[in-house]
Amino acid sequence: MSASSLGYNEQGGEAATEQGQEATPTTAPSVPAAFGLFSSDTKKNEDLKQMLESNKDSAKLDAMKRIVGMIAKGKNASELFPAVVKNVASKNIEIKKLVYVYLMRYAEEQQDLALLSISTFQRALKDPNQLIRASALRVLSSIRVPIIVPIMMLAIKEASADLSPYVRKNAAHAIQKLYSLDPEQKEMLIEVIEKLLKDKSTLVAGSVVMAFEEVCPDRIDLIHKNYRKLCNLLVDVEEWGQVVIIHMLTRYARTQFVSPWKEDGVLEEDNEKDFYESDEEQKEKDQKVKKPYAMDPDHRLLIRNTKPLLQSRNAAVVMAVAQLYWHLAPKSEAGIVSKSLVRLLRSNREVQYIVLQNIATMSIQRKGMFEPYLKSFYVRSTDPTMIKTSKLEILTNLANEANISTLLREFQTYVKSQDKQFAAATIQAIGRCATNISEVTDTCLNGLVCLLSNRDEIVVAESVVVIKKLLQTQPAHHGEIIKHMAKLLDTITVPVARASILWLIGEYCERVPKIAPDVLRKMAKSFTNEDDLVKLQILNLGAKLYLTNSKQTKLLTQYILNLGKYDQSYDIRDRTRFIRQLIVPNEKSGALSKYAKKIFLAQKPAPLLESPFKDRDRFQLGTLSHTLNTKAIGYLELSNWPEVAPDPSVRNVEVIELGKEWSVALGKAKKEKPTEKFYSDSEEEESASTTDTESESTSESEKEKNGKEEGSSMENSESSSEELSDSESESKEGSAKKKFKTTEESDSDDTEKKTKMISKKRESSGSSDSESSSTEESSSDSESESDSESDAESRKHKNAIASKVSSPIFVPMKTHELLHRMSGKGLAAHYHFSRQPCIYGNQMVSVQVTLTNTTDQKLENIHVGERKLPAGMKMHVFNPIEFLEPEESITVSMGIDFCDSTQTASFQLCTKEDHFNVNIQPPVGELLLPVTMSEKDFKTEQGMLTGMNETSTTITVAPQNSTRLVLLEKVVKAANLGVVPSGQDNIHRFSAKTVHSGSLMLVTVELKEGSTAQLIINTEKTVIGSILLRELKPVLSQG
Amino acid sequence: MRIKLLQNRVLLGRQSVSSTCTPLGSTMIHSLFLINSSGDIFLEKHWKSVVSRSVCDYFFEAQERATEAENVPPVIPTPHHYLLNVYRHKIFFVAVIQTEVPPLFVIEFLHRVVDTFQDYFGVCSEVVIKDNVVVVYEVLEEMLDNGFPLATESNILKELIKPPTILRTVVNTITGSTNVGDQLPTGQLSVVPWRRTGVKYTNNEAYFDVIEEIDAIIDKSGSTITAEIQGVIDACVKLTGMPDLTLSFMNPRLLDDVSFHPCVRFKRWESERILSFIPPDGNFRLLSYHVSAQNLVAIPVYVKHNISFRDSSSLGRFEITVGPKQTMGKTVEGVMVTSQMPKGVLNMSLTPSQGMHTFDPVTKLLSWDVGKINPQKLPSLKGTMSLQAGTSKPDENPTINLQFKIQQLAISGLKVNRLDMYGEKYKPFKGIKYMTKAGKFQVRT
Repeated sequence: MSASSLGYNEQGGEAATEQGQEATPTTAPSVPAAFGLFSSDTKKNEDLKQMLESNKDSAKLDAMKRIVGMIAKGKNASELFPAVVKNVASKNIEIKKLVYVYLMRYAEEQQDLALLSISTFQRALKDPNQLIRASALRVLSSIRVPIIVPIMMLAIKEASADLSPYVRKNAAHAIQKLYSLDPEQKEMLIEVIEKLLKDKSTLVAGSVVMAFEEVCPDRIDLIHKNYRKLCNLLVDVEEWGQVVIIHMLTRYARTQFVSPWKEDGVLEEDNEKDFYESDEEQKEKDQKVKKPYAMDPDHRLLIRNTKPLLQSRNAAVVMAVAQLYWHLAPKSEAGIVSKSLVRLLRSNREVQYIVLQNIATMSIQRKGMFEPYLKSFYVRSTDPTMIKTSKLEILTNLANEANISTLLREFQTYVKSQDKQFAAATIQAIGRCATNISEVTDTCLNGLVCLLSNRDEIVVAESVVVIKKLLQTQPAHHGEIIKHMAKLLDTITVPVARASILWLIGEYCERVPKIAPDVLRKMAKSFTNEDDLVKLQILNLGAKLYLTNSKQTKLLTQYILNLGKYDQSYDIRDRTRFIRQLIVPNEKSGALSKYAKKIFLAQKPAPLLESPFKDRDRFQLGTLSHTLNTKAIGYLELSNWPEVAPDPSVRNVEVIELGKEWSVALGKAKKEKPTEKFYSDSEEEESASTTDTESESTSESEKEKNGKEEGSSMENSESSSEELSDSESESKEGSAKKKFKTTEESDSDDTEKKTKMISKKRESSGSSDSESSSTEESSSDSESESDSESDAESRKHKNAIASKVSSPIFVPMKTHELLHRMSGKGLAAHYHFSRQPCIYGNQMVSVQVTLTNTTDQKLENIHVGERKLPAGMKMHVFNPIEFLEPEESITVSMGIDFCDSTQTASFQLCTKEDHFNVNIQPPVGELLLPVTMSEKDFKTEQGMLTGMNETSTTITVAPQNSTRLVLLEKVVKAANLGVVPSGQDNIHRFSAKTVHSGSLMLVTVELKEGSTAQLIINTEKTVIGSILLRELKPVLSQG
Repeated sequence: MRIKLLQNRVLLGRQSVSSTCTPLGSTMIHSLFLINSSGDIFLEKHWKSVVSRSVCDYFFEAQERATEAENVPPVIPTPHHYLLNVYRHKIFFVAVIQTEVPPLFVIEFLHRVVDTFQDYFGVCSEVVIKDNVVVVYEVLEEMLDNGFPLATESNILKELIKPPTILRTVVNTITGSTNVGDQLPTGQLSVVPWRRTGVKYTNNEAYFDVIEEIDAIIDKSGSTITAEIQGVIDACVKLTGMPDLTLSFMNPRLLDDVSFHPCVRFKRWESERILSFIPPDGNFRLLSYHVSAQNLVAIPVYVKHNISFRDSSSLGRFEITVGPKQTMGKTVEGVMVTSQMPKGVLNMSLTPSQGMHTFDPVTKLLSWDVGKINPQKLPSLKGTMSLQAGTSKPDENPTINLQFKIQQLAISGLKVNRLDMYGEKYKPFKGIKYMTKAGKFQVRT
């Protein structure tokens, strides 16, 4: 202590000279360091007091800085309280701030004096400036003086109704502070929380949920009405608030929704079995399990709205979303988090550590999630040991028949690592792989036996222990190995290893009848020098040999028992007595000795080599408790899914009527729109465009409507892409700017209205039958906002296409050459299919053409000239481009109606001087637009498209394509199809409609045993169907 | 002496922990202690009632057990508190918490604190923190309110508390003005919380650095075991007013997994693969990305090695050569080879064909600063190792860690197409730089 205070004096002196001013040149540095031991403190404080009382701000500031320095060092500065508190009303903002710092630190200790400062804050609470109000509340609530609780309560209440969201945010923070100061205020505080939860501002959301979590985490009923709002605000909340909200919503969802996992088997083990079962069995099972499950739209809303946050730069947010998906999402969807988690492994060591632990827990239950990232867990020699062992743990969890040989090769390197602790862990891992995967047991065993001749004792010892366990699970003829190990007894000194060898020899003494007695002889000699652990095993060995081979070993055993009788350790004396009574027959020995042989040489169950992370899943992922594997203080249990979902209507919010037009427009919008905040100008327009479309009930017009809306949304993005290409157009920029600048107030007002309207909508959908909610579910992942058929419609037309065009799944862009720069005299053109609904007409395919000027001169007036189109085909050309600067490129979009055929569209690409003939021939996969539908709808549709409309073939699937992710990726890359969520692991379904006629195109890939698969396409457009079939075949069969 | 001190601490710890424990102290981050490598607590900050610094004794125990700083477990449970720590710049940042909290939340926050210090003072070291203790304190005060993060954007913080500069210190001493900003933190109220308002520059510039790192493990025979590319785009944007930028790539589909600065509009990226954002003022990381593992990664250098220990003699042979492989015609520079030699190696006598090399007989760390690789004359390092007599040869050859840099090349082939600015009338100066570096690049021998 004294040493540190000495250190402070020096430091303080330095600091003072550094920042200090000429006003006090003689104070601090003049005190000799040695003097500082006892007297200097009081003395120094004296002059600090003087400085604080001076009327110069600079002196005061200097004094305050030094006091803060003292606080930072953990030194006591409480006696300065009276002098400091006087300055609380200082005009100088820095002095004021430092006084605040001081107050927060010492007010608790000097309660009476602290009261002097209260009036200042009370005055500031009424300040017209919101920031001053906020900071006054912040400091006031940080002063932990019980007397002022009523004042704080009042201040919080007032602030929670403040016009400024920033002040309200601080009120939410103050709630927690007051609660910890005086828990009796709970009821009143809950009222304030309830009020603030209704707040629409993103600033407040995170803080109030934090307060909720601390004050009344069990009052789930307060969340109901705010649930949808929180889900929608989530993206715009600051990152720390996001973490808190996501964790809270995870708990909420587990109490309010039914399990989405029932479809794929209640238990994970079942699921794994499914994988190996033949198809028939599985189908049977499916039928059994198949209860109509429809995900609550609110459940879906949460899952959908958290997904973008996986892209956050904040590791805590990513982890929070990952655990949400783990605990809430259907098992088929949880996979999307793995990529983001693996990304976090690039981060700091501490982040890595936590993430790896969570991955370890996940990888036990669902191997498939991380299998594709196996190599990301390879260990580097520079990793800290704790990271290495966590990675090793994951690698072991991921081991399976397919990758074990690669893994074992990798493990070989690890065994040789200079980090012996890690090498030992690797040996254990090899042992675990050997027991889990029977194919490699022998290989592993051989490898481990080789390690017995390793030079490093720790490695050898660990190998012995693992071999012991392995031999136990594989009680085959391993006499040779046991003999080998018996030899090791002469050299190896690690007690655990010696004990393991002795146990093995004893257990299998009948397999090595010659060696065992000899070993016992040797051990008898060294008995007294052995470790307790080894002694116990010598006794064991003796007893077993006495029972099987008493002729040779009787005397030896007796000798050892005598030694044990006088051993220092009572454990050993105890054991000796026990064994003697049991094996040596005498008058007193009871009935037990008859069974001695059975007792000692009973068949022992093999030890289970399990992951240490096996039971960690009882804790919610991403929590402190999970990391520590014990329940931390304040851990909130994640409840099990309820059997029956509580009434979903509690989440509905009452609506205020707002004019007919609005309700018509928005009533049609089925899906919730994410909040129209800062970034959502496009949606706004879109919803506006729905106003003028009348609701009609034929499926034909429905499609048209879809088209229109898509058109409008594209128009919007088009206008922005034009801006991109033409930075000179000031006027457009201006308008875009305006959109952004819509003031926050009006913006959030809008949102408010909309959420209300939408929730009204939901009320009605909640009461409708399960049919409609299943279609809701089918809208699941689609990011596009274009689906707006009303419920009524979908109910009337059960058989109509109950599906919507969804945004295409993102695939790497495939660019085709339109015009080579050589043949284009310097003008190069490429095109690709944007896979977006075309803005020029809903029967057209949208094509993006990138024009590049590779010459060194301006190219002028680039436009499309003469067109040669087959009958029926139409084309919407891009607007002429006035000029293209050298080395510049520009992307324009065109629309072509291919009439659902793969005929070539030929046209001329012209510049001012030249014209070039070019062709676009679409791959069949680009003539489609993906639609989303549920599995059920898919099956219904498929049922209607059989016979002539079905084409199928059996193909061989390349092994690397057989995992779900790869397969989906390959198929979607080849054709613009939407993925249909599938309940079975081996059947993958895709759906789309043709662009021109809108006929459904249903693709099914059913993986069979022996790397074959059945590829089925159902469509009215049989020609397209068969071409697609032909195209998909090589995609799946090639690597 | 030291042991005695430690025991004292432990004793103290037991007493005071039981006395200071409050029944309801559920705050996220309760206190923060900064501890240097020699185990001194040189700064403490409490956001609620004071937690005695003796709580750190549990940390010291863990530290002693871990032997190396990087092996200290990030989460240490004690009877009444949990200590979460990060280790950076040779300083342990130890946060004390009392109740369940997502550990990454705290860890991420602590890293953010370190980043902020670095941003403020240029470096983050014990000396600098001690010298600027008042600013540090003020910053920490703003970053957390009652243990919950308040303002973590360095743009906002800088508006509240100005970072110290030499000029400002001089001005402050003369005029008596202060570091504390007299403006109010309006940034916290705006919809663009990461950007301060009223930014003005005479020269408007926006620079983007595309930096890619190759993580790879190369095995004995020179074949790649695993290789991946991680990239970041760091930006330095000094633009007046409220510019709205869009950045587009020639080949955005290369990017497999991305994470954004909060300023990037996610929707726009989803639909158009364009980065559209209102940038923060100054330096920031716009984007980090991962290039999908399916694409083959070009490995720009190779290492030829011949390291052998013989059982009988106390001498070993050591020879490595570094050469360029797939560099797309660019020079490989800043090459640095480090290797942790086995414990049995006493000393090494080596001659490099270029550059400098050192071998530390205590830590057994060999490092060779190669510099540029000249493809005509490949750099090599040859010589002998003297081994401890009597001990058997080490069973593993050392791993070679490689560092290098290649300017003007993004190894994944990522290319920025164009950068446009909207919302302001002036013409900014735009610059884009590419660089490829070695990340965790290891060669097993």
